[in-house]
Parts: sequence; C-alpha cells; structure tokens
Amino acid sequence: MASETRDIIINGLWKQNPGVVQILGMCPTLAVSTSLVNGLSLGLATAVVMALSNTAAALVSRLVPPAVRIPIYILIIATLVTMVDLLMHAYLLQLYLVLGIYIPLIVVNCIVLARVEAYASKHGAFYSFLDGLMMGLGLSLVLAVLGGMREIFGKGLLLSGIDLALGPAANAYVIHVLPGYQGLLLSILPPGAFIGLGLLIAARNRIEQVRALPRRSASLQPQQAT
Amino acid sequence: MIGSPFILKEHTSVRFTMIKVMAALVPGTLAYAWYFGPGIWISLVWCSLLGIGFEAVALVIRGRPLQPALTDGSVLLTAWLLALSIPTLAPWWLYMTGMFFAVVVAKHLYGGLGQNLFNPAMVGYAALIISFPVFMTQWAAPTTLANIVPNLSDAFDLVFVGGSITPDAYTSATVLDSLKTATRGGHTVLDAFAQPIHGLIAGKGMELVAIMYLFGGLFMISNRLITWHIPVAFLAAIALTAGVLQGLDPAHHAGPLFHMMAGGSMLGAFFIATDPVTACTTPRGKLIFAGLAGFLTVIIRTFGGYPDGVAFSILILNTAAPFIDAFSQPRVFGHAKGVK
Repeated sequence: MASETRDIIINGLWKQNPGVVQILGMCPTLAVSTSLVNGLSLGLATAVVMALSNTAAALVSRLVPPAVRIPIYILIIATLVTMVDLLMHAYLLQLYLVLGIYIPLIVVNCIVLARVEAYASKHGAFYSFLDGLMMGLGLSLVLAVLGGMREIFGKGLLLSGIDLALGPAANAYVIHVLPGYQGLLLSILPPGAFIGLGLLIAARNRIEQVRALPRRSASLQPQQAT
Repeated sequence: MIGSPFILKEHTSVRFTMIKVMAALVPGTLAYAWYFGPGIWISLVWCSLLGIGFEAVALVIRGRPLQPALTDGSVLLTAWLLALSIPTLAPWWLYMTGMFFAVVVAKHLYGGLGQNLFNPAMVGYAALIISFPVFMTQWAAPTTLANIVPNLSDAFDLVFVGGSITPDAYTSATVLDSLKTATRGGHTVLDAFAQPIHGLIAGKGMELVAIMYLFGGLFMISNRLITWHIPVAFLAAIALTAGVLQGLDPAHHAGPLFHMMAGGSMLGAFFIATDPVTACTTPRGKLIFAGLAGFLTVIIRTFGGYPDGVAFSILILNTAAPFIDAFSQPRVFGHAKGVK
C-alpha cells in the first residue's frame, strides 16, 4: 500500500514527470511560462482539474460503456475546467485576465485526458486522486522552474506579477535578482520557452545519468570479482 | 584523416581551411575599418577572446581535449564573422551574449565542430537582434558622415566603460533601415535613396565593403574552399526576387543591385551560407538551399519586422539542409538514373 503511494508520488514528480519526461501538454507549458507566477498558477489550476477529474473518472469508470468513454471523460474534464475557470474569474480576476484563453484550454491539455485514460479508468478513486494531483504538481514544478528561469534571464526579476494573485501589497515580494540588467528579450519570447524546456530536459537526463553511474559500477564489481 | 598520397595533409586540414577563409575576410575587414573607424578592431579582438574562452570552458565541461579544438581556428572564424555582422562600439556584454549563443548554445550543445545544425555566428546574431533590437540597430556611421569618429581609445571606452559621447554623434541607421522607414512611412524608394547614408548603389561605405567580400569570395572559389553553387544561387535568387518586386511596384521596392550590395548579402553569400557543416553538400542541393535562402532574404527584408533577413533565411534553410540533401543525391557513376 505504502509503496503504491510512494510510486505514484515519485512517478508524478520525477520519473514520469509530464513536463520533462512525457513531454505532454506542451501548449500551455511553452506559452504561459513567461514568469514564475504565471507558470505556477496555470500549473496549480491544471493540478486541481487533474486531481478532480481522475477521481470522478475512477468513480464512474464501471458505468461508462468502453465505446464512448473518451467523450464522457472529456465532458467530466470540461465541467471541472469550467468550474475552475469561473472560480478564478470570480476570485482572481487579474490573474485570470493574464492567463486568458489558457485556462479554458486545460480541457484539451492531453496530459489530463492521458491520466484519466491511462490511470484513473483502471484504478480506485483514492489512488487516481493521488495520481492526478502528483502529475499536476509535477507539471506545475516544470512550469514554475521554466517560468522562473525565463523571468530571471528575460527581466532580471523573480516573482513579478505576484500582485495579480495576492493583491497589490504583494508587490514587495518581487525580487530583483540582477539589478541594472538589460533583459534578454529572447528568453521571454517563444524561442526562450523551447530553449529553456530543452535545457530542463537535458538537466533531468543528466541527473538520471549521474545517479545511474554508481549503481552500475556496483553491479559490475561482483562480476569482475568472480 | 588519411589522404591519398598526392594530397598534402596540411592543405586539407581544418586549420588550413580556416586560415584561408580568414585571409579571404581580410580585404573586407580592412575596408570596414577604413570606412567605419577603428572600432571594428575592438569588437574583433574582444569576440575572439570571448570565443576562445567559451570554447575552452565548454571543452572542459564536456571533458574533451583542449588543444585540437582550440587551435583549429574554427572558433576564431565564428568570432570574426559575428563581429562583422553586428554593430561596432556596442557595450561589451552584447558581444559576450552573442558569442555565448554562438559557441556554447549553437556549437557545443549540439556536439561541437561538425555536429552543429545551425551556423554558430548567425545563431549569435539572431539571439542578439531578437533580444536587443536597440543596440543592434546603432551602427557606426561612415566616417564621412559622423560628427565624431571615435579613435581606438574612444572605441575601447565606449565598449568597456560606456563613454560620454552620445550614440547620435557616431551612429546612423543602415541603408536597409532607412529604406524600411521610408517605405513604411508612405515615401518612395527615391526618398530613401536621397538620404546621405545612401551611396552609389547601397549603403555608403558598406557597398565597398561588400565588393571586398566579393573579392574574398572569389579568392575562396579559386582556391576551391567553396564551390560556385551557393554564392551564385544565393545572389541570383536575391536579384530575381528583388527584380520581380521592383517590377510590380517600382516606387516602393529597391532594385536587384541594391539588395545584392546592401546589408549582409555578400558576407552571407560567400562566408555564411557556404559553411560546409550547416549547408547542403550535393550540387543540386546547394542550388536549392541557397536559392531559397536568397528568396527568403528579400522577402524578410521587404515584409518582415527586422532590418536584414540574411541571418534568419540561412538559419531557416539550415533546418531544411538535411532533407534537401536527402532528395538531391547525385547519380552514382555506373548506376542508372532513378535507381537508388
């Protein structure tokens, strides 16, 4: 039981990370990650939708005829996204205006349907909830790191636009990482998203490589000894 | 590389090729220094130092031996081409950013010399023009037009300290900029050509530099460093596209000769599009590659938002080069036509 939970958490955040391993849901990842706040907000909105849609799909999966399961899952996801959309419109208007079309577009984010189809339709409600949440948080992590990177290199700032989420008082949290910095516009523009994501994928692969090294040499040692 | 006995090894080495290409750049660079002041020497030396530094750091991180890659001259050629493509007298960090993108991102992230998909100098240029459009359009004015011609120590101050002279005193728009401003503002080509920056054919001073690049390019063709295909197809496509546009609307489009001599056309035709790593290698492929690049150059210059299109068109065609190569394989001797 506990190992299942642990596997789900590790899969979502690292091993099967939607952003840098499965490379799913690239449209919002590339378009919205212009700053840490933007990336994290959309990532969290997606995580909420994924957790709830996975739970709902797991609960109804036995009632759904296999032939029409995709339209039904999409309907469930669309309902949940509409809720998130209206809630953000009501309570986080400024952020809602900045994220714009990308909130309704969570419906067609393939990672949401991918988890419902690949995981929730075959597992129980609790694990499905956890899987959706962890996959969503994994995506949020990538969006936040990518957004933070692009913001630092593009504007020399971190957490700019936080007032959109937490009100004007939060402007004090904006960090001027590199004062007097000219700003590499490339980083904010679309090419910066592709280059940044490529670097993140490379960094993750490198970490995996380094981690695999001692284990491999350890497994080789006994063979050489015998 | 083991050559046939009658081929001298040093004549085919990377270093020898790079030295010859750099020799071909000398006349153009001297003309540049003559017409635009000595600032070019500062950017040349600074870009070369940065190039060697970034190359060394990248090699150390990748765990490669330093000596062969640092002495083959490829990074110096990249530095030289980038220095000639971007304005002189710009702040030092502008060159640093450009060289970082050229050497680290475009060259070493793809695996080093021979593995790069894109022309390194043009990646550096594209990153800079996208990121810092203001600095990238402040070109040193021809010495005959400038109020102040910064001498070598002024130039050093401007680059590294940020001098007290205002940019207006020594910079001017390029001839492509003034053409774009005029035609966008509803004026005709003749109004743009009446500006002092316009010389006989294209930009004052720059047209002579372009002719020097042409001579350098002919030297490279006669030394068999490059074949005629790419430069001829590139310039012919520029002339043809510009000619058609001028034929359609003579009041708002400059002619073929102007487009062949302005901006980076000559440098691109002989020194950048001909990069053996990133261009096509088959004869027919070279013609298609360079022809499309020349066509796109004029289209981007005329309808795009950026002043020159040489870098963007060559980068776009770099992505297509492997496919063009695959579909333009020449018939192997002894094989029937159309049989693979």
